[in-house]
Amino acid sequence: MKFSETWLREWVDPDLDTEALAHQLTMLGLEVDSVSPVAGAIDKVVVGEVLAVKPHPNADRLRLCEVDVGGDEPLNIVCGASNVRQGGRFPTALVGARLPDGTRIRRSKIRGEPSEGMMCSAVELGLGEDAEGIYELDASCQVGESVASVLNLEDHVIDVDLTPNRADCFNIIGIARDVAAANGLDFSEPEFDPVEPAIEEELTVSIEDQKGCPRFVGRVIRNIDTTARTPVSIQERLRRSGIRSIHPVVDITSYVMLELGQPMHGYDLDLLKDGIIVRRGAAGEKLTTLDGQEVSVDEQVLVIADGSGPVGLAGIMGGLTTAVTQKTCNIYLEAAWFAPDVIAGRSRRYSLHTDASMRFERGVDPQHQLRAMERATQLLCEIVGGEPGPIHEIVENAHLPRTGSVFLRRDRLSQLLGIELPVDEVTGLLTRLQMQVEAVDQGWKATPPSARFDIAIEVDLVEEVGRLYGYDNIPEKPLLTAAVLGRSTEHHLSVQRAGTMLVDRGYQEAITYSFADASSDTLIAGGSKGLSLSNPISSELAVMRQSLWGGLLGAVQSNIARQQTRLKLFESGIRFLPQDADILEEEVISGVAIGAAEPEHWDNPGRHIDLYDVKADIEAVLELTGARDEFGFETAVHPALHPGKTAQITRGGETVGWLGELHPRLIKEFGFTMTPVVFELAARPSLAASKPAFKDISKFPAVRRDLAVIVAQKTPVSDLESAIRKTAGETLRDLVVFDVYTGKGIENGRKSIALGLILQETSRTLNEAEVDGVMQAVVKNLSDDFGAIIRE
Amino acid sequence: MQNVDELNAAAQAEVAASEDLDALDAVRVKYLGKKGQLTALLQQLGSLPADQKPAAGQAINLAKKALQELIKARKHLFEDAALAASLESSSLDVSLPGRGQRPGGLHPVTRTRERIETIFTGAGFDVHEGPEIEDEYHNFSALNIPDNHPARASHDTFYFPNGKLLRTHTSPVQIRAMVGQGAPVRMIAPGRVYRCDSDMTHTPMFHQVEGLVIDRGVSLANLKSVLHDFVEHFFERKATLRFRPSYFPFTEPSAEVDVLSDSGKWLEILGCGMVHPEVLKNMNVDPEIYSGYAFGMGVERLAMLRYGVEDLRLFFENDVQFLRQFK
Repeated sequence: MKFSETWLREWVDPDLDTEALAHQLTMLGLEVDSVSPVAGAIDKVVVGEVLAVKPHPNADRLRLCEVDVGGDEPLNIVCGASNVRQGGRFPTALVGARLPDGTRIRRSKIRGEPSEGMMCSAVELGLGEDAEGIYELDASCQVGESVASVLNLEDHVIDVDLTPNRADCFNIIGIARDVAAANGLDFSEPEFDPVEPAIEEELTVSIEDQKGCPRFVGRVIRNIDTTARTPVSIQERLRRSGIRSIHPVVDITSYVMLELGQPMHGYDLDLLKDGIIVRRGAAGEKLTTLDGQEVSVDEQVLVIADGSGPVGLAGIMGGLTTAVTQKTCNIYLEAAWFAPDVIAGRSRRYSLHTDASMRFERGVDPQHQLRAMERATQLLCEIVGGEPGPIHEIVENAHLPRTGSVFLRRDRLSQLLGIELPVDEVTGLLTRLQMQVEAVDQGWKATPPSARFDIAIEVDLVEEVGRLYGYDNIPEKPLLTAAVLGRSTEHHLSVQRAGTMLVDRGYQEAITYSFADASSDTLIAGGSKGLSLSNPISSELAVMRQSLWGGLLGAVQSNIARQQTRLKLFESGIRFLPQDADILEEEVISGVAIGAAEPEHWDNPGRHIDLYDVKADIEAVLELTGARDEFGFETAVHPALHPGKTAQITRGGETVGWLGELHPRLIKEFGFTMTPVVFELAARPSLAASKPAFKDISKFPAVRRDLAVIVAQKTPVSDLESAIRKTAGETLRDLVVFDVYTGKGIENGRKSIALGLILQETSRTLNEAEVDGVMQAVVKNLSDDFGAIIRE
Repeated sequence: MQNVDELNAAAQAEVAASEDLDALDAVRVKYLGKKGQLTALLQQLGSLPADQKPAAGQAINLAKKALQELIKARKHLFEDAALAASLESSSLDVSLPGRGQRPGGLHPVTRTRERIETIFTGAGFDVHEGPEIEDEYHNFSALNIPDNHPARASHDTFYFPNGKLLRTHTSPVQIRAMVGQGAPVRMIAPGRVYRCDSDMTHTPMFHQVEGLVIDRGVSLANLKSVLHDFVEHFFERKATLRFRPSYFPFTEPSAEVDVLSDSGKWLEILGCGMVHPEVLKNMNVDPEIYSGYAFGMGVERLAMLRYGVEDLRLFFENDVQFLRQFK
């Protein structure tokens, strides 16, 4: 809500400068977004009356004007505006004047004719963005008077960002009510003297949707002056609220809306056929709104119709066919109360966010319609004249919101705010908000004014008291509560801990969007389609990701485009897996690594990252669980990964993650020139941890025996390892794979694996025979189960 | 035994003249070796008369010992010099960079979220999480945001064809947590939230931390205190706050909190209020017995203020040149 400061001060004028007033509004909950002067500095621009207009001898489009500016002699001014006319009064910049854009007015010759000033447009005065011709002032303006004073330019536009509950402040009166309350100034709800009807005529109005329109107030006004103009004072106030002057009737309804908060509509009476019906739209019906848009209506939409069909979207925008124009002589004025729930959402549907719809959606004072009608009639009669008919009101009180008395308990107030306030102070604060307040046993009974229909329950009053007392005046008090000890589990590793490990191993954490591009997400998920959004922000962000790889690979892509050549990224977050009719939200830790295995260095070979580098990173995380042995890395196939370079990560037979080189197809898809290695671990099953359980430390020497075996190329070394562990039993303290060899000396399709067995007993020194026994058993087992040949 | 003194003097002179370990060893062998001259004198002792033997023996031994000491000292001198020379030749350029991985870093949003969590868990707040795909009830209705409420429109919600939605705030977590455990409670709910909005100052996904305290006698004065402490702990400096009346459907009274910047501007940092009685009822909490406060803050907003980041979108571009600034 934008409004003129001086307009507000007409209703309530606290002893505060503009800045202090703005601060006060903000601290009342009416957040001031901006305060700006209504015009730039204007000096030596006065009201001038055009006494004579003559053609310019040397230019068709210029005119020579004699302009009376209150001096001894009229000024000769060359003017190019088409609307300059004899008898008109226009802002006239005198020689020496400075305009807001810095222009200095000088005595000059234009096409050979002397010009002693300039008549200005609204744009030149800094009052508008567009202007047709020069700015015509009211005939009542005093010739020679400063335009800054005539137009009241010593003013500010205050822009208040209203919260949805403060519909009452969508107008000057509402804001004045709050400002008066804050400053303890007198304020009374405005009353306007009724205009006596001059004619008997009434329009037939029927309300079919009484819930949607429980109050409808209308009046005929005949024979308005079609030549009348909106006074500049009203034009300026509208402009300061961001509303353009259109036609005196429209301007006045806008003015009343800004002043009282009641949106109104004026129809050209002669264009309405057979009265007005307020009803729901019917499928197939159409109308053209004032802005020229053709819209279809249906049952969901409340319309104003006449005998020919819908002529307006109730509470949103009138129709073009019955609009007031320059030719309009007879009008019908409407001030209705439409229920917020029949307006809400409709303006969005039509993308018509109008001043009216914004107010009706939030709620208009249900008792303001007659008052607004009287005010509008009064202004109309002053400005365009005319003969008003009687006010016609149709009301169904049962469907109008009522403000009743609300009980506020003293102990509740002090408990919620944390302060004790004297009874009289609370009574005073609520009274200042125009409430009827009665101090009763244990508290207060307050009835808010009709505009404050948002106040319905006790906490609403608590808020009003707190707000007016000032949140800043409420002291800070630490909350005393029972001390609760913290918890620390060793049964689960936090995702943060896993993340820290990855960070320590060189990964940079990324955060990518949870929505993905459908095609690459489906490709990564091997054909499975992710959950689509109904209203995605773009087609690249249209489905919920089934894997974090898409986002991470995208991040890799854009970093490579920024000349990064080595990247290790991880992210933890949710992947959204379709499961039957439902979606499983699963937290995962995912990563991608591409480029050199280590940062470029004076002493490293510059090897590329491969699967084993990333596997070590995953193993480092898994080690933290204290249960590394429970995890396996098994050969498997994943649609996004290289079929020969993929590991399925398991824990106790359950798949908990994947690791592998990206599939060449995807490498191509993303346009990579290097091969990324990716992993994804399901957090919950992967990060379950075992608490350490102490085992005796052996004081006896360990013995190491090395063994090289030749096995089939396809045999996973981990199978050999488990077989050895099983056979050697407790005596085997550690087992290392220290060489893997294929090539010369080894038959095709086979490989040589060199293993070191570290044997130790906790209770005694192993003797040679025992060690030999273990080794023989291991060798026999490997040769029996794997066809292993011992390499000498 | 004139001979001893002469030999001794000659030997000492030769020790002093020796230039290296080899030369020194040659001197040792010449005088003290098995066939050395001093050794020979000792062997000849037997031929002396018995009464001369002790004195002569003592003189030889003294000379021998003195010579040994001298050789030892000279040897140390050579060894020290050799070590120094070897150290000299084997020095490293310690200015060269170290070997191996360099650590990465946490995303500034994570870093900020973790700091917020640390500050609140220190005061006994539990951390709760909830689903990102929510239903209308938990995201709106239970939070006192009925159908057609203007606040729904302002939330710019992402919907799914089945009517579910992406949560627009982490407040639904509070409803779920409270229905599960009941009052009293001190909790925070951090997480990703989504709004269908994307421009200079909005991203369709961002992070929030919501807080909730429900207990007997919880007041706005308590809320002011905890948030003031939070802001000072978070920014690690004294802070001036203002509580500006505002509106959220789920709290009443409601306020927005601004902090005074060094340049004298008020910067909005979070929203808060006393939990609305309807919301308490939806949490199965009796508003006649309990009251509570709630607050919500944008993690990116706090990170921007803390680290001087000016463009929100940087958080989700994942440019490592940006990310690496947060170690």
